[in-house]
Order: sequence, then structure tokens, then C-alpha cells
Amino acid sequence: MSEIGLPLDLHFVLSRARKCGERLGGDVHDRIAAAVYKRAEMLAARVVQTPSERAGEWDARLDDIFTSRALGYPIMLLLLGMVFWLTLAGANVPSELLAAVFLDVEGRLTAFCAAHAVPPVVHGILVEGVYRTVTWVVAVMLPPMAIFFPLFTLLEDLGYLPRVAFNLDRFFKAAGAHGKQALTMGMGLGCNAAGVVACRIIESPRERLVATLTNVFTPCNGRFPTLLLLASLLTGGSGPAAAAVVAGVVLLGVAATWTVSFVLTRSCLRGLPSSFALELPPYRPPQWGRVIVRAACDRTLVVLRRAVTVAAPAGAAVWLVANTHWGGVSLLGHLAGVLDPLGRAIGLDGFIVAAFLLGLPANEIVFPILLMGYLATGSMVEIGLGDLRTLLLSRGWNGLTALNMMVFSVLHFPCATTLLTILKETGSCRWTVLAAAIPTLVATSVCFATTQVARALNP
Amino acid sequence: MTLFGLHELPVGCTGEVVAVRATGPTRRRLLDLGLVPGTRVKAVRKSAAGDPVAFRIRGALVALRREEGSTVLVRPISMPGGDR
Repeated sequence: MSEIGLPLDLHFVLSRARKCGERLGGDVHDRIAAAVYKRAEMLAARVVQTPSERAGEWDARLDDIFTSRALGYPIMLLLLGMVFWLTLAGANVPSELLAAVFLDVEGRLTAFCAAHAVPPVVHGILVEGVYRTVTWVVAVMLPPMAIFFPLFTLLEDLGYLPRVAFNLDRFFKAAGAHGKQALTMGMGLGCNAAGVVACRIIESPRERLVATLTNVFTPCNGRFPTLLLLASLLTGGSGPAAAAVVAGVVLLGVAATWTVSFVLTRSCLRGLPSSFALELPPYRPPQWGRVIVRAACDRTLVVLRRAVTVAAPAGAAVWLVANTHWGGVSLLGHLAGVLDPLGRAIGLDGFIVAAFLLGLPANEIVFPILLMGYLATGSMVEIGLGDLRTLLLSRGWNGLTALNMMVFSVLHFPCATTLLTILKETGSCRWTVLAAAIPTLVATSVCFATTQVARALNP
Repeated sequence: MTLFGLHELPVGCTGEVVAVRATGPTRRRLLDLGLVPGTRVKAVRKSAAGDPVAFRIRGALVALRREEGSTVLVRPISMPGGDR
């Protein structure tokens, strides 16, 4: 290599490199890979000690159970069910506690504003708008996330999650997707924004985009309270029947994920490269510190911060829409009036559609906005289940309305936080627009279909 | 000498990579995993659904689908049991 030191002319270097390549023959990349491995093998043989056989035996024994034809799927469902139950059951008490504390502070803020003659508009926007929305989102979101994310991270740290991808890959392959999408969907149960970030684990560009665009069909825990509430209204209690209804709409979301993945990989994503390889790392005892730090800092707090930064301005905007009157009706009322024909066509009404639109910043506030519209109050409220039933019936609700609102909630456009995350992850406006447009189209068509069928059956 | 695709290697058997037929990113990915000619690969287990199959490649356990596995040609060198 005597050329080094001479003035480097790029064309000369390139032609020289080409000549070297021709002289070597075969594929240069292959030779490089082979040489790298040969060298690595030599070094490894000198310094690496092979761990005892026993550790490998344990792994094999666990894999025999977790990936077996008979037990693989039941164990997976059982673990998922357990994570879920722990999240829902464990979050109730801290959620109520947080809500009570926030309400107490709100009372003090209101008293302070009254004592210092703060103008009602300022008090309305800041306390009834921003403060109430933000604390609402935090009280609903924080406890389930603080339970769900550590549990999920624990399963990840144990090495179990790759086995789930391994077992489910065949079903995802049939839709043109990647087995790891099962994991990004699992993450989506906690939060769709976190689910979209999790799509980074899928190396293949096509499968990663599919997982990103369909993550919203997995209901996040901002939507679960609404789904649970509607299911208990529909079945008249919170027993097994309500749980079955919720499970049903979650499965509907899975079906939508599968179908949309299938269509996307055969249409607009067809040309993108695709490859599959899934590493199954050894099982290991959990590193508790790491689990807690990763779950709390990387997931829970990041998601919470994003949600709050979106919820604060949204709270102000929603308050203004509900409290600016024109011709005796609030802007929210006017919006609902405009949207009513569309809402009726898909088995909902104008207020429900308006609530979904205004709830774009965070799914947690959809139901409170709806109540605000129905009761024509200026700020978000919460009422008991019995009163709620009476209120909704007086607004012309029936079983179909409740069912369609659940369906729409599972299938509709992602929240603003998720959309921003998709924009950041894909770096493309086109995919972000599609990520909003596809679910909107799906939700509207499914609700339209159920409504037409229901009306044909019960004229 | 009979050559198999990696996907045809029965569980428990070991083979030696002879050639990788894949192209593009899949080829690069397979080479990166260490599937260069001369590497020994053992089929370890099938997933609960039958596909993909997990292979022991240079100490790591890596699952490959039929599509990827069939592009890797191997020469079988051991039958179930006697291997590592």
C-alpha cells in the first residue's frame, strides 16, 4: 500500500479498490464477514471460558415448557391475564387516592382565587381547564402505568418476551408482520406512544412500519376506564359479563391489527425490504434495580411527561370551547350539532364524536368531555353509575350506542401524544397522516356497518 | 454430498454451513449472525406453532423462519443426540 501519502484522488482510489476486489474474486462482503468471524473465533478461543453446562440445561428445560405445543399458549394467556388483572386491581385504590388529593388542592385553589378577586375567566381556564384536566389524566394514568410497566419490564428482563414473539410469529407472518409485533402490542396496552417507541426492536423496515401504524388498535390504559365503564353500563354490572364484553372489543382490536397489517404489507408497504431473525437470549434472574429504573424512568415518567405537556393546553382549549357561548349555545354544543348527522350515521351522536375529537390530546378525557357536553356544564365532571345510566338513556342512548362507542374507542385515531411519537420515530409526515387516517376509516366503517345491521334487524 | 436447506435440518441435528443464497438485507443479516461457510449450526427447537425454528449459532439461540432458513445450505454432520 505505497499509495498512502500521495495526493488522494478519489477516482484513483476507487478504481484501485475495484481492481483489488476483482483479484480477490467472489463477494467481498462475504469474505469480510468470514474474516471477521475467523478472527473473532480465534480471540474467543483464547479468552472466553464456556459457562457450565447446567445453565444451558435450565434454559432448555424452561423453553421446553414455554414453547411447547400444549402449554406455550395457555401459559402466555395466563401471564398476560395476570399482568392485566394486577394492573387493574392494583391501580384502583391509588387512583382514587390521587383524585381525592387533587380535588382537595383544587378546592384550595378555588378558595384562593375567590379571596384574591381573580377574574372568573382566568380561574376557569387555569383551574377548571388546565389543572382539572392535567390532574385527571395523571390520576387515571399514573397508577396503572406504575404497575403495568414494571411487570412488563420484569417479563422482558426474565427473557420471557422473546419466547412470546417466537410462539406467535407464525400468525404475524401470515399477515406480513413480525412476531415481535406481539411485544409492541403488549406495550401498547400500557400506552400506545410507548408501544410505538417499542417498535424500534423490529429491525426490518417494513415490519416496523406495520407495527407502528397498527399499534393504536391495541387499547391503551387511557381507554380502558372508558371501555370498562361502557361495558358495565351495557351489561348492568361489573361482573364476568362486562369482562367478556371488554375482552371481545380487545379481540376486535387484534382482528383489526391483523387485517390492516395484511392489507398494508400487500399494498403501500409492498416494496420495503423485509427480513426476519429473532434472538432468544438465555433466561436470567431479574435485575430488580434495572427493572425499576427502566420501567419508572424510561417508560412511566417519559409517557407521563408527554401526556401532561399535551393535556395542559388541551384543558384550556376544551374549557374555552365549552364556555364560549354564541347565540345561547356553547361552541361545544354547536360543534356537536354540526357533527350530529355523521354521529347518527355511525350509531353515535354529535356529542360523542365531538368528545373523541376534543379528546385527541388524551383518551382519558373523552368521557369527561362527553358528560360536560350532555350536562352543558362548563367543566369536566364525574357522576355515579346510576345517574349516568339515567342521563345517557335520556340522551337517546341504547345498547348499540354503548357498543359502538366501545368499538370506536378501540379503533379510532391515535391520541396526539402517539401521533407526535409516530412523527418522531418515522420522521415522515406521510406515515403520520396515514397513522391517523387508517384507524379513522376503520372505526367509522365498522361502526357504520354495525349500525346498519342493527337497524336492519330492528327497524 | 447432499446439501440441505437449514429449514430441513431436523430438530436435534447439527449441520455445517456451505453457502448462503439470500440477497440484500436478509443476506447481510444472516452473515452478521455468523452464518458464514464453515459455521456449525444446530436445530434446537420448533416454536409452538411449528415455525420459526430456533438454531444454536455460535453459542446464541436465534430463531429463523422457513423463508430465511431455506436460503442457507448446510451439510448435515450429526444426527440427534451426539452434539453440543
